Amino acid sequence: MSAVPPENARPLAAEVAAFLTRRARWSPLEVVFWLVALASIWLFPQKHLILTEICIWGLFALSLDLILGYAGVISLGHAAFFGLGAYSAGLLAKYGWISEPALALVAAALIAAALGFITSFLVLRGSDLTRLMVTFGVALMLGEIANKFAGITGGADGLQGVEIKPLLGRFEFDLYGHTGYVYALVVLFVMFVIARRVVRSPFGLSLQAIRGNALRSAAVGIAVNWRLVAIYTLSAGYAGVAGAVLAQTQSFASLEMFSIERSADVLLILIIGGTGYLYGGLVGALIYRFLQDELSELTARYWQFWIGLILVAIVLTGRDRIGRWLAPVVRFADEIARWRPGRAASAGEGR
Amino acid sequence: MLTILFDGVAYGMLLFVLACGLSVTLGLMNFVNLAHGSFAMAGGYVTVVLVNRWGVPFLLGLPLAFLAGAALGALFERTLYVHVYAKSHLDQVLFTIGLVFMSVAAVDYVMGSSQQFVNIPDVLQGQFNLFGVGVGRYRLMIIGLCGLLTIALQLILAKTRFGSRLRAAVDDQRVARGLGINVGAVFGLTFAFGSGLAALGGALGAEILGLDPIFPLKYLIYFLIVVTVGGTSSITGPFVASILLGIGDVAGKYYLPSLSSFVIYTIMIIMLLWRPQGLFARAASR
Repeated sequence: MSAVPPENARPLAAEVAAFLTRRARWSPLEVVFWLVALASIWLFPQKHLILTEICIWGLFALSLDLILGYAGVISLGHAAFFGLGAYSAGLLAKYGWISEPALALVAAALIAAALGFITSFLVLRGSDLTRLMVTFGVALMLGEIANKFAGITGGADGLQGVEIKPLLGRFEFDLYGHTGYVYALVVLFVMFVIARRVVRSPFGLSLQAIRGNALRSAAVGIAVNWRLVAIYTLSAGYAGVAGAVLAQTQSFASLEMFSIERSADVLLILIIGGTGYLYGGLVGALIYRFLQDELSELTARYWQFWIGLILVAIVLTGRDRIGRWLAPVVRFADEIARWRPGRAASAGEGR
Repeated sequence: MLTILFDGVAYGMLLFVLACGLSVTLGLMNFVNLAHGSFAMAGGYVTVVLVNRWGVPFLLGLPLAFLAGAALGALFERTLYVHVYAKSHLDQVLFTIGLVFMSVAAVDYVMGSSQQFVNIPDVLQGQFNLFGVGVGRYRLMIIGLCGLLTIALQLILAKTRFGSRLRAAVDDQRVARGLGINVGAVFGLTFAFGSGLAALGGALGAEILGLDPIFPLKYLIYFLIVVTVGGTSSITGPFVASILLGIGDVAGKYYLPSLSSFVIYTIMIIMLLWRPQGLFARAASR
């Protein structure tokens, strides 16, 4: 590359900049998605409790997408950070250390991110198998800590008696979940925009390179380990926020939040929606919640069986094959995505 | 003190029988089988049904549990697992954790969620004193049986034709194929045998580990530790790892009862920091 004459260097840099800007542009489809989400506040006021849950699951799946979809790190214990965030927010509110929910949210995110930072060094060692073991082990360990310190956390009964103060001192969390939903949606949107910014940046590109081939990425000068530490920490923080929102909207946290079932659920949600384009978690959460409603009416107690069956069926069918069935939809979405006001779709971007 | 050591060794031996099938299949096909514990659980429940309901003698129940586990393993391997070998680790994890969930719910549905106990013959119950050390008969039997199994496994691996084929396939699958070794068949057999061993471990362990529908999830972390710490290139590695884990866990439960569950995680973290590639890893491990 040193053979490139200096006068050509500028167009190359400009080209790269143009490429990055193009990648970062919001497509009309995305705008519509968020407008619909916004409209749901007024359209479905009776469904706010369920919609809040979908937002939380979506945010949790988004956090997993950051490491799985972009950096290729498999985690079997992402619920660790979710639970930690939930307990942090719950405890902060219960003992009145930070009574402002929005501040408590930030604190919970920082606590979860700190744990993510510490454990990332263990996670980065070794193969996929070691990662499975470590992530799973960390989640078990946190669950065990919450169980053992029952005096503070309530142990197996869960964290009860949490009273969440009005948001920003003005908006009280009501019984119908209206405030909760708007709060969860705003948090989700803000976190989404940040995540979008991160993965569309050169940093995000380098992560995808690492997922493709860690050895070659190191060879072209990407600091593989530090990038992975950074994204793992960020992802942990995201999961913490999801947990914190759950604890704040439900005024409750339980040991079950650390369980392997939670970690598997979030994997399933992300896989249903698809990895590596950020919306997967949100779409997956919608579908998952719908499935849960339908299937648990059949057999509430054996709900786990259906989760397992769906996972096995998805893998045996093949994720790429399912992707191919959806190809026409994706192509249509691309058409729309390329469309700009005042310009014909076929004119495109001159690619 | 010696009693703890003794119990720890028995516990570790049991873990080894449970997990060694996993380590071989993992080393052979680079396949992450989180559902290994489900086969162990199947073995446990088969024994419970045979011994408690149909009155089959306990010692006859054990080989039957092995056969049932092996048959189940062969069936699943041929029908379902073969489709997943070539897929990514993520797919393998999703697939096998899905199987675990299905098995947990299915067993809960058929057998109920309460803990099950196997009726053990009177000969094997109680303790006796050996040079001032309290020795449980049942645990002594486990040590004897698992010790014999370990030696047999080592001999099969080291001395027989099948063993050398298996080792060749683990070392380099492509070259082994090129030499005319039917790797698929070797793998199918090994998988069935490993599942059978897990089932036998589940049957033996019903008394010590407890048997309920969440068994595969409860002991998943133990299996993972044994395999990652022990490495997948030999059976000595997992054996040493199992014994260490067994002794550590039992000693932890005895000396630090309030913190017992943290002992294994501490072992796991120290091992990882000390030898991230496993205790006996070779340089060229995958």
